[in-house]
Formats: sequence, C-alpha cells, structure tokens
Amino acid sequence: MSAHSALGDFYPTDDSGAAKESLNITPPGFSREKLIRWILAGIAGCSLLFLALIMIFLFMEGLPIFASVAPADFFLGRGWYPTFDPPEFGILPLLAGSLAVTLVSAAMAIPLGVMTAAWLTEIAPAFLRRLCKPLIELLAALPSVVIGFFGMVVVAPFLQEWLDVDTGLNLFNAGLMLAFMSVPTICSVAEDALYAVPMSLREASLALGATRWQTTYKVVVPAAFSGIGTACMLGMSRSIGETMVVLMVAGGAGIIPTSLFDPIRPMPASIAAEMAEASFRGEHYHALFAIGMVLFVFTLAFNIIAQRISEKNRRSLD
Amino acid sequence: MFTLLRLAAVVNMAALLAVVAFLVWNGAGALGWEFFTEPPRNAMTEGGIWPCIVGTVLLALGALLVSFPLGVASAVYLHEYARSSRFARYIRLGVNNLAGVPSIVFGLFGMSFFVIACGFGISLLSGVLTLAVLTLPVVISTTEEALRQVPMTFREASFALGATQSQTIVRVVLPAALPGMLTGAILGLARAAGETAVIMFTAAVFFSKAGVDSIFRPVMALPNHIYVLATSGADIEKTLPLQYGTALVLVALVLGMNLAAIIARDRLQRRR
Repeated sequence: MSAHSALGDFYPTDDSGAAKESLNITPPGFSREKLIRWILAGIAGCSLLFLALIMIFLFMEGLPIFASVAPADFFLGRGWYPTFDPPEFGILPLLAGSLAVTLVSAAMAIPLGVMTAAWLTEIAPAFLRRLCKPLIELLAALPSVVIGFFGMVVVAPFLQEWLDVDTGLNLFNAGLMLAFMSVPTICSVAEDALYAVPMSLREASLALGATRWQTTYKVVVPAAFSGIGTACMLGMSRSIGETMVVLMVAGGAGIIPTSLFDPIRPMPASIAAEMAEASFRGEHYHALFAIGMVLFVFTLAFNIIAQRISEKNRRSLD
Repeated sequence: MFTLLRLAAVVNMAALLAVVAFLVWNGAGALGWEFFTEPPRNAMTEGGIWPCIVGTVLLALGALLVSFPLGVASAVYLHEYARSSRFARYIRLGVNNLAGVPSIVFGLFGMSFFVIACGFGISLLSGVLTLAVLTLPVVISTTEEALRQVPMTFREASFALGATQSQTIVRVVLPAALPGMLTGAILGLARAAGETAVIMFTAAVFFSKAGVDSIFRPVMALPNHIYVLATSGADIEKTLPLQYGTALVLVALVLGMNLAAIIARDRLQRRR
C-alpha cells in the first residue's frame, strides 16, 4: 500500500478517498512521507522567498528617494552630482551609459556568438566541437574582475596609443570586454536552438540543390530564430547588470556619450563606486538603491522576454 | 562564406587564450613560496596574498555549505515530487529570475538585509549568506539536470520492492545522481570564488591585521584585492607584479575548478 501511494506521484492513479476508507488502512509511514514532501516544498519555496526579499529590500531602501526628488527629475535629470550642494540626482547619464555599453557589446557579441554557435552545429568536425565547447564554457567562467583588470592594463593603453583618444577607459573598451563576457551565454543558448532544428529540414534544403551555406542561413538560422532571440536577450541581460568590468574599464564620467570613445559611467559602476561614501540612509544612499531598482527591473524584463520567447518556441515545435 | 563562422570561433578561443597566456606570462614571476604564505607588507607593496586566499576559500566553501543542501532539497522537490504543478512552475520561474539578478543587486540586498537588518555587519557570515543566495540557482539547475539523468526504471524497481518515495530518493536516486550533483557543486564554488561586487558590500576589506578569527569579522579576498590594488592602491605601478600574481592565482583557482567539473561531466556522459 505504501508503495502504491508513493507510485501515485509518478503515475496518476485514481486514488479516491472512498476506496481508502473502505480499506480503512493508513499506510505505514504515510504521514512521514507527507511531512517530507511539505518540508521539501518549503525549502524549494526559499528561492521565491529570496527573490521577494531582494525586491522588498531594494524597494524599501530605494523608494524614499522619491520623497525628495520628483520621479521625472530622477529619471530624466541630466546631472548626476550626488555630492554637490545642493546635490543633483538625475540618472539619465547613467541610464544612457548603461544602454550605450549594452548596445555596443551586443553589436559585437551577437554576431560573434551566433556565428560561433552556427560553426559548432553546422560545420565543425566532431573532435573540434568536443574541444571548443569546454573552452567556451571556460571563457564564461573567467571572473569579471579579471576581465576588467585585463581591460585596464592591456586594452586601455593599446586603444589610447593606436586610436589617439584621450583615455583608453571608455565606452568602446567596456563594450568589448562585456562582449567577451556575454558571448559564451549567447553562444551556448543559440547552439541549443540550432541543434534542435530537425535534420530533415537541412536534408530537404540540400536535396533541392541549396549549398550548405545557403541551407545554414536560409533554413537553419531562420528555423532557430526565436531561440537565437532568447540567446540575445540573455546575453544583453548579462551585459547590463555586469558590474566589475564597467567599474574598472568604462572611465567613470557621468556624461551622456556622444562618441564611441567617450568615457561613461553605467548604473552598476555608479552603485559600486559610490556606496562606500554615501551616508547611511541619506539621500545619496536611497538614490543608489533606486538605481539598483531600475537595474533589477531592466534585467527582470530582459529575462522574462527571453523566457516568453523560448516558451513560445517550445510550443510551436511540439 | 564558412570562413566567417570559423573566424568567429577562432576569435572566441583566442580571447580566452590571450587572457590566460597574458596573465601567466606576467604573473608567473610574482609567484613564489612567500607570495602564497605571507600577508601583504609595507602598505601592500610587498609580501603575499595568504589572507586573501584563506578568505576566498572560506567565502566560497561557506556559501556552498549553505546553498548545496538547500539547492539539492529544492531540486528533489521540483523533479521528484512536484514535476509540473502550478507551485513548481512558480518556483522554476523564481529560480530562473534569481539566476538573472545582477551581482551588484545581490550586493545591495546582502548589505541591506544581512549586514544591516540582520545585524551581522560587514562580515564573513554576511558574505557567505549572500553568496549562498547567488549560487542557489546554479546548484538547483545542475542538480535537477543530474536527477533527470537517473533512469525512471531505477525508481520503478525500488517502488516495486516496496520502498517508499523518500526511501527511494535517499537510497536509489540521490546516490545515482551524486556525481552530477558534485559537478554542480564545483561550478557553484567557482562562481562564488570569482564574485566581486557582492563581497565588496558584504564581507571584504582591503586589509585586516587580525586574519580570520570569527565569522563576524570581515575578511580579505582575492577578487577584492585585485580590484583595490589595480584602482586605488598606494602605488599602482609598484604593485603591478602583485596584481598580475593575484589575478593569476584567482584565474587558476576558478578555471581549475571549472575544468575539473567539465572533465568529471565528460567522463560521466561517456560512461552512460
């Protein structure tokens, strides 16, 4: 009987209460099994709890800023001078910096990631694929502080010398470093999508006389389009939230960038750089948490869009 | 035309190799017995990084100590009990979104919740707990994947012998999934060891004389050490060899753990 009740979770059987009552047997260990199930459910709920706590504390510490600064001035103000007297809390330059660096990195990472994924699934010989996939995972594992360090001591002097710009710590450098951080994400998700394209589609295309290249970009890539879309969203979500790289490499100037080589100050960099000097529960402190709120909403939106796309994709494939 | 795709792949591989080769080339000179065993001296311009290594190891292991049991229990519930119930769907949604939260936001959360609201202060404990929340999605998703690999026949055989569901999970399913779960644990460990933005707000100090004597004390850690040395040390030019050395140690630690996980997974897949 106990085995039967346990199986019930795998094979939905019609275990109606009436049948149990007529037998009038409580399976041994029945309540213990129930208890374990509830404990595990409670632990699994922790993830939701943590997500809720993150939101609660972020909004609790961030929303008070709107008591002293109007939301319009906060989001559209062009001056971020939190330590001036009177201070100015306009996050438009930071917002613009974040969006600019995300777009620059996406412009490099999306083609690179998708093309690498296409190479892996469509043309790479098996032994190269087995060698390269772990390498891409390792690229994803590089700590962000190390990539930031690399950008500072290698790429920045190089850019400064070769392009003759004022500082090598700028939008382009940060975008480049972020690109290398988001390529592995884009590549592995896009690869899954390309891999899921049925072989029969490729065969049909080849049978009609298309070359392998034509098959790849006219049949396989369009068929995996939504999966590639998910990959791009996840990659951009990673770029916009990344902190150490933009803190070390972006230059830190709170201006709206007008050129690819302007120094910028994206949102995460502002939070990380200024939190130490902000007085506890002062205006500046609340403003930094409000920036965290904005960042959280952005990445949440990117992730939800990515999940929606992949869900739709799964349904249409079924 | 395929040359284009090949080129893209080569660029990726080259980027990884360039970073690693560059660090080895410049950092190897700084390594030595003293570098690993001594604390920093003379306003951080000399000496080693021993306290940072200890701090990073404690932070990462501590985080995993918390997140591994929680993550495994969550994954067992999701895969063995709930499957695709409504509650399970919400939890999966929560786990996915938790995985996407930027590390700086985890830092803000850890600071306002563990450091201030719980009163733990800037300490090893705050850092460990925040990193545990951060690594939880990694542990859950890899454990669920490991459970998925256990053939359904194992469970059926166990049930047929009269075992209850909890007995089946503890005696049959978990042992079969253990190697995969450990792979996930190593990945979580590596993720926690390399994390910087979180510990900046919750656990790390640039220099502490005392070493680690209590979980309520702040610690030194490798990622934070690199960041401070590279951006605001007393003498940035002079400490450059130390920066390279520290970065090399951190990369070796993190990539080593990842490589171990990849090799373990590869073996596992080939055995099946």
